[in-house]
Order: sequence, then structure tokens, then C-alpha cells
Amino acid sequence: MVGTPFSNLFGQSPIKPIQQHIDLAHQCAMQLIPFIDAVLADDWDKATRVHSLISDLEHQADDAKINLRSNLPNSLMMPVDRSDLLVMVSRQDNIANLTKDVAGIMLGRKMEIPKAIATTMYEYVETAVETSAQAVKAVNEMDELLELGFKGRILDVVNQLIQELNRLEHENDELQIKVRAALFEIERDLPPVDVMFLYKVIEWVGELADSAQSAGGKLQLLIAR
Amino acid sequence: MEIIAEHGHILLILGCIFAFFMAWGIGANDVANAMGTSVGSGALTVKQAILIAIVFEFCGAYLAGGEVTSTIRKGILDPSLITDQPDLLVFGMMAALLAAGTWLLIASMNGWPVSTTHSIVGALVGFAAVGISVDAVNWGKVGAIVASWVVSPLLAGTISYALFLSVQKLVLDTDDPFKNAKRYVPLYMFFVGFMIAMVTLLKGLKNTGIDMDFGMGSKFLNCLPIAAVVGIVVALLGGWMLSRVKEDLSNTQNRFANVENLFAILMIFTAAAMAFAHGSNDVANAVGPLAAIASVIGSGGTIASKSVLPAWVLILGGAGIVVGLATYGFRVMATIGKKITELTPSRGFAAELGAATTVVFASTWGLPISTTHTLVGAVLGVGLARGIGALNLKVVGNIFMSWIVTLPAGAGFAILFFFLFKGIFS
Repeated sequence: MVGTPFSNLFGQSPIKPIQQHIDLAHQCAMQLIPFIDAVLADDWDKATRVHSLISDLEHQADDAKINLRSNLPNSLMMPVDRSDLLVMVSRQDNIANLTKDVAGIMLGRKMEIPKAIATTMYEYVETAVETSAQAVKAVNEMDELLELGFKGRILDVVNQLIQELNRLEHENDELQIKVRAALFEIERDLPPVDVMFLYKVIEWVGELADSAQSAGGKLQLLIAR
Repeated sequence: MEIIAEHGHILLILGCIFAFFMAWGIGANDVANAMGTSVGSGALTVKQAILIAIVFEFCGAYLAGGEVTSTIRKGILDPSLITDQPDLLVFGMMAALLAAGTWLLIASMNGWPVSTTHSIVGALVGFAAVGISVDAVNWGKVGAIVASWVVSPLLAGTISYALFLSVQKLVLDTDDPFKNAKRYVPLYMFFVGFMIAMVTLLKGLKNTGIDMDFGMGSKFLNCLPIAAVVGIVVALLGGWMLSRVKEDLSNTQNRFANVENLFAILMIFTAAAMAFAHGSNDVANAVGPLAAIASVIGSGGTIASKSVLPAWVLILGGAGIVVGLATYGFRVMATIGKKITELTPSRGFAAELGAATTVVFASTWGLPISTTHTLVGAVLGVGLARGIGALNLKVVGNIFMSWIVTLPAGAGFAILFFFLFKGIFS
């Protein structure tokens, strides 16, 4: 018995894997908090340890992404659009990628966060991680969405989660403006190359929140099909 | 004539062996598809599924298998052309059985998706067209059968789609799905009981010789109240089973897990319906040709167009299916069950009930259809209602391929065996 036409009918549902993937990506993003803590405390040993954990989680997320993609042949009939799903996975993956980039460059250059912007910067990173956490919450509704056939009152629940996601991302945007302004105030007194890379880090943290929001936004598209 | 008189017993015994072999194959492979849904969704263990299958396959075969058997036996080919050569009919039917059995064996060893129904129909058409004459094939009936192969998955899909939408509306998308499941699931159970009782009363009691008349005008109207009572009894039994399931509030991970437990009970009933439907349609593939052989030999070499179907033939077929199930089918069922865990009870029941309803209707009209393909259609129906994570549409292509390949393959083997038997015995 190689398989019967009936059992071959059932493919692997992408719902659980996509939830596992964003979970890994978010676990990775969460490490940014202890990482920034270590950087602010000038504890580079700890920062190295956290960075290797981030790198490890990013790897796992990558594997999960590849696994998910390779299990999505064209011939699959799914309750959601395949191409939307693939975009969603790559947005989710960006969360992990950007986390690794931020941690990588900060560790590599032993970057210091100037005291004047430290609190705002910390808050800024925190909201980015919160945005990612909110995206996980939204994506975690997918199994219930499937159970209900992507219909009915569950849609209101998901819409509320996504509204909150949008609000967090907006908050993160505001903080980005604030942290950039604060850096601009003091940039003259800092080494120019360091400042350049600080702006880079600020940009990437913002992109991280963007990716989280965009992944959650794709969820709305998936439902609407 | 002298061939029948001389070799009658040997031919009949051979026919029984071939039919049993064929029924064994049906039990070993086909039933697993029908019941695997319930095993996969966790509603039944393999052991329970086997027990239900044994009882209801047999009931289906014995009580509602007559019409399709009669189609296989005398609907596809016109025996009136060979009334002077009854031996040809016997050889042909034996060849058809052996051909279909051989082809199924080859196909399942290679993992090709084939259907017993298509094999036997191909074999019958093959031997009739080549062994007798092209005119001996009742092409109108064959056309209707082939059309039913296309219609049955579509119909099953439509019913399952509607059933799943009704579950969404009545149970899942409500404030208290658990309470509503307890309220509405017995309704589906009523439908299961009603449908099986109706078919049994309309078609099945011929074999048992019981006759009923309440003076309601037509047979259909006579059966209606009894079927309704049976449905209510089934619903009450189901309601009692449901009432013993308590809501586990500690499960916060997925608030539908409790609801699925209720649908799992419904799946016990739909699995029974599925086994009944399968027995009523597929047993004919094995016993139809045997019935034809038995009728010729029993009448001492005449082709009687009005002979009754002997009950022992249906019983032999039912027994073959049960033995196949018990010796090999359980293994296939376990494999399938493991593969289709994504099909949760609230979907699995919709697919099973849609397929079972379609197959049972086909059985009452005497149309031999493929239970597996009908079930595939039913599952796709639930998929279209966005109820299933991922379905592999390549299987649909494979099904079309199997239609194209199986018919000529069955026909080819049948022609080969037909001339072989003819050479040996005459």
C-alpha cells in the first residue's frame, strides 16, 4: 500500500506551521530587550550570549520558513490564498532577520547608545517587540478561523487584534520620530560613523515593527479572499 | 448446454471463489477509505471502526445491495442475444470477476488509484463487446453509469458543502457552540437513521420477504412513518450519548475541542451510514457476476431474465468483505487514519454523510459508483466551504486518469480470461 487516492487527498495544513513560524520569529525579537539591556549596561559578554541565541532562533525560523514553503505546492486547495500566505511568511521572517541584523551590527561595532537617547531608545525597541507580540496574537487566531471556516463572529475578534496591532505600530512610528530628533540634537558631539550606524539601527527597529504589522495585515487579506 | 451440465458444479465453485476473492479485495482496500475518515478524526479506534464496518457493511449488502447487483448481473449486457449459449455468459462473468480482481491486485500493489466499480464495469463491457458482440452491450445503461461517476462526486460535494455551512450557522458560529452542538447534532443523527431506514424499507426487504402496508397509497408513503420512527430512535440514542459528554472547561487552548468531541459521537453514526452505503453499492461488484453464474447453472443452463437474486449470493459477498476487512483492511485503515488527522469530526461527518447519502441513492437506482471517488468529492465540498487546511488537487487528476486507464485494463483482462475459459472448458 503506497497510499490510496483518498488519503493522498489530504495535504499538510499550512496553519500550524505558519503559527509556529511567527512564534519562532517573535521569540527571536523578544531577545532584543535583554540585548539592549546588556548594551546599555556595557556588558558585552552577555550581549554576545544573547546575540548567539538570537542567531540560533533566526536559523530555526529560517528552517521553518523553508519547510513551510516546500510544503505548499501549486496543486494545493487551501481556505486561504497561497500567494498571500507566502508573502505573510516572508514578512514574519523579516521580524527575525531584522532582529539578527540589529543585534549583529550593534555587537560587531560594540555600539554605545548615548545616555541622552537611552530611555527613548529603550521604549522604542520595547514597542517594536510589543508590535511583534501583537502580530503573534493575531496569527494565533488562525486555527480558530479555520475551525469556523473563516466566517462569522471570529472575524470581529481578529479585526480588533489587528486594530491594536496598527495602534502599536503607529506608537512605534511616533517614537521613531522622537528618537531620531533626540539623536539629531546630539549628533554633532558624536563620532559621525557611529551616528550613521545608530540611524541605521533606528531604521531597522522601525522596519521590524513594520514587518510585524504587515504580517498581521496579510491575515486580513487571507480572511477576505 | 452440455458444458453447463458437465462442468456446472466446478464452474459454480470457481465463480464463488472468484467472487469471494473480489469481495475480499473490496473489504481489504475500499472499506478502509470509507471508514478511515472516522479513524483519522479520532472519533473511532481502528477496532471500533472494524466492528461498525462489519455490521453495517453486511446490512448494507444484504438489505440494499440488490439493485446494483441486478445492474451488474443483467443491466450492462443484454443476455437475450446468447440465450442459446448460456456457457458464454458463465465464462464471461467468471472472466469479469477474475479480470477485475487481478487488475485491482496489480493496481493496489503499485499504489495506483483504481476503483473496484470501474474495474468490473470495464471488464463486463470488454467481454460482452468482444466475446459476444458490440450490440450485446447495453450502451444506454453504460452511458448512464459513466455519467453517474461524474455526477456522484459533484452531488456528494454539494451535500457536504451544505451540511458544513449548516454546522457553521447552527453550531460553530454561535455564542455557545457546545450547547448548540448538543441541541442540533441529534438532528443529523435523525437524518442518518431516517435515510438508512427508508432505503432498507424501500429496497431491502425484498430479500427478507417482509411486506408492509398501512394503506397509505404508495410504498414510499408507507415507509415514511416507520423511517421517521427509526430516525427518532436513533436521534434519542445519540442524544443520550451526547448527554454523557461533559464540557471540559480547563481546555482553554482551543475552545472548540469540546465541540469536536460531540461531533466525534456523530461520526460514529455517519461511519455506520458510510459502511451501510458502501456495502449496498460495492458488494454488487463481487456478487453481481456470481448471481448471473448461479442463475444460469441453477436453472440447468437457461438464461432466465426474471430470476430472483438468491440471498446466499449477497451473504457470500458480505462475508467476503468482512473477511477482507478483518484480515487486511484494518492495516490499511490504520495507515489512512494516521494520514488524515487534519479532518476534524465537524468536517469529517459532513463529508461522510454527504458521500453516504449520495452512494445510498445511487444504490437504490441501481447505479454502481465508486464510494472512494464520491468521498473525495464530498471532502472537496467541505474544502470549498473553507473548512480544511490543505487538499491535494492532484488526486482529482489521478481519479480522471484512473477512469481512463481502468476501463480498458479491466476490459483487456476480461477478454483474455474469457477466451482462456472458453478454451479450457469447451
